Order: sequence, then C-alpha cells, then structure tokens
Amino acid sequence: MISKEILTYFFSILYQESGLVLDESKKYLIETRLEPIAAQEGFESINALGRALIQKRSPILRQKVVDAMTTNETYFFRDQRPFTIMKEEVFPALIKAKEKSKQIHIWCAASSTGQEPYSLAMMVKEMGPKLAGWSVQIQATDISEDVLKKARLGIYSQHEVQRGLSTPYLLRYFTQKGLTWQLKPVIRDMVRFRRLNLLSNLSSVGDVDVVFCRNILIYFDSKTKQNVIARISDLITPEGVLFLGGSEALMGIKSSLTRIGTAQGSYYKKSTPNKGNTEKTVPELKRRGVCQT
Amino acid sequence: MKVLVVDDSGPIRKIMGKMLRRMGFEVLEACHGKEALVQLEKHPDIELLTVDWNMPEMNGIELLEAMKTKRGSEPKPTIVMVSTENEKSKIVRAMSKGANEYIMKPFTEEILTEKLTFLGMGGSKNDKR
Repeated sequence: MISKEILTYFFSILYQESGLVLDESKKYLIETRLEPIAAQEGFESINALGRALIQKRSPILRQKVVDAMTTNETYFFRDQRPFTIMKEEVFPALIKAKEKSKQIHIWCAASSTGQEPYSLAMMVKEMGPKLAGWSVQIQATDISEDVLKKARLGIYSQHEVQRGLSTPYLLRYFTQKGLTWQLKPVIRDMVRFRRLNLLSNLSSVGDVDVVFCRNILIYFDSKTKQNVIARISDLITPEGVLFLGGSEALMGIKSSLTRIGTAQGSYYKKSTPNKGNTEKTVPELKRRGVCQT
Repeated sequence: MKVLVVDDSGPIRKIMGKMLRRMGFEVLEACHGKEALVQLEKHPDIELLTVDWNMPEMNGIELLEAMKTKRGSEPKPTIVMVSTENEKSKIVRAMSKGANEYIMKPFTEEILTEKLTFLGMGGSKNDKR
C-alpha cells in the first residue's frame, strides 16, 4: 500500500517536471505505472522507490518516474476529425496563404509513440501533387525519452497498426517484421522527433503553422494551461492553427486564438483583430467568411 | 442493414454477431463459403460480409473468388476479411481478390468498429476515418 507521504511526493515531482496534476483519485495510476519501475530498479515497493527518490534525488530515476506517468495511449488518425479538417480546410488554406515560401511547419507537441505525426506524414504523402514542390516539416516532441525511442523506430504491434489505420495504408506504408510492422523510411524520414518539456522554453520549436497539442491540457491545472497555451500561441504564424483533444477547449483561457467550429469539430486560429479568447459561433464566423461548414 | 458472418468457429460467430448487433446490424451466419453463397442467394439485401480465411468446404479466398465472378464490378456487398493469417502477402492477396478491409485476429471491438467506419458502415463510437 502506497503511503500518503510518498503519494504526495510523486504528485509534487510530476507537477514540477511535467505540469501533470494528479490527486488521490488517480492513485491507481501511480500504482499500475510505477510498480514495474520499482521492480525493474530493484526496489521492494513503490514506497521504497519514493523514499530513494526523496533521499538521493537521482535525476535518472526521477525521469523514469515522469516517463512512466506521462506516457499516454495513442493510435493512428486518432479521432479522425482533426485529420479531416486538416485535409479539407487547413491544408487548402495554407497552400493559398504560403504560396510564396512553399513551406509548412507542423508541430505535434505531445507526440507520444509517434502515431499522430506519422498519420500527418502519411496524409501529406497521400496529397501528392497538391504539395509538389512544397516543404512540409513535421516536428514531434514529447517529455518522455522512452516513447521517443519507440517513435523514432516506427515499429508497432499488430494491435497498434489495426487501431485507426486502414488496410490500404498499412500495405502501402509499412513493412512487416515478424509479428511487428515498421513504417517505411519514406514516412519515418518526414518526422523529426526530440525531447521537449512543454513547461520549458519553447523557442527551439520556431514558427509553426499547425500545432497538434491533443489530450495533454486535460492533465494541467488552469494556471499551467494558461501558461502553455500563451507560449504555444506565440509560435503560431498568423495563418496558423491549433488542434486540441476532443474533450479539450480554451474556455476561460486568455489567448490570441479563436475557436473555429466546423461540422467535423473545432480547431483554433490566430485572431488578429481582437485580443483575448474570443470564441465565435459558426454563424458569426460564416458571416465574416472565416469558416466553412 | 444485414451482415453475414462467415466463420467455421461457433464461438467466433457468436462474438462477432454480438459486436455487430451492438452496432445495429441484423446478423446472419454461415459456417463456410458454400453456405455463405446459399445465404447470399436467399438474402440479396446482405450489405456486408465478414469472412474467415481457413474454413472447410470452401475457404474465404475461394468465396471471394466466387463472389468476384458473380458481382463483377458491382462494389456490393462490402467484404471484410477477418483471419489469423497475418502475413502481408496474404493480406495483399485477399485485398486483390475483392476484400475491402482486412482484420487480423485477435482483434477488439474498437478495431472492428473503426474498420467498418472506414468503409462508411459506421455506427462508430469514435468517429474514425
């Protein structure tokens, strides 16, 4: 049984390192995710692991704990709708807006094991002639070095390649390796992975036209959410967009982003004229010619 | 919408049937390819088939070949191959014989739902591609 003191300690390092907010209701998550780490590192229990961290403050062990707690399930083309919006609305708009530079920068801010950026890479590949002569750069970041290792390899289990991925895509873009499937270099080479903590300085990301920051804000408290969104929106180009997870929104968060509602769901765009979080209704945006549904 | 589950395993037919009924399908069953062809004659309104590969009498690939001859360029009914055959070359073969999607066993209900959604036969809880 994990002690209250140790549990509180884990909550505090997770918050400091990743902004992740957990409470007693997520005790099971600590137990299921940290038990394997404790065993792997030779500790008799999670309490012993916690005590060792308090006493020695080993940065490597600390990172392992953070990695284990921040790894989230993902799958190819998760929630489909953002990808449909990308294909039908965002890409056509960016192709018009960026005709001179012919460069599009995409950033997956919490890419986990890589399915999201690779889905975007496959989508770009499928767009073929529409993007001929264009440079589409996809950078993918995550706080966990462990998931990034897996992401770079692009090797997935049979179960993982069946989640969200149609058979024609599987046959076109993957090579079978025994019981696993590896993405072909033509897709792997389109994505650059690196470690990045969203609470740290984000300037290394550079200007971005599309940000996927999905299913991560839900773990942040409102102060952290505000902070992260403000710094992400600073990186978004005037014609750029932000996608959040299906259950996430910027309600109550001040930012320079406007919510665009479409039949496929919503996303956020830089709103140049007004400051603050100006959530607009679809009819209102239609009148302004901003959104198509 | 009528679906025909073609599999020689009773438990698999039962599980598949349960999943598909939950998605709103009316489920018919066949133990092998020959029985499936009889069912297709009887129920021309079958819109979807889930087909196992290895079965007695007539296997899944033979069924796909027989159906391809019958339906010609007609895209219906939609066919989803559901098999333990998980080699890429086998999947390519099934797709070239007329399967519209391929599910490797073991699979979950989410996978079945997603694959059917790709084919526009939704009922998806997760709005996938």
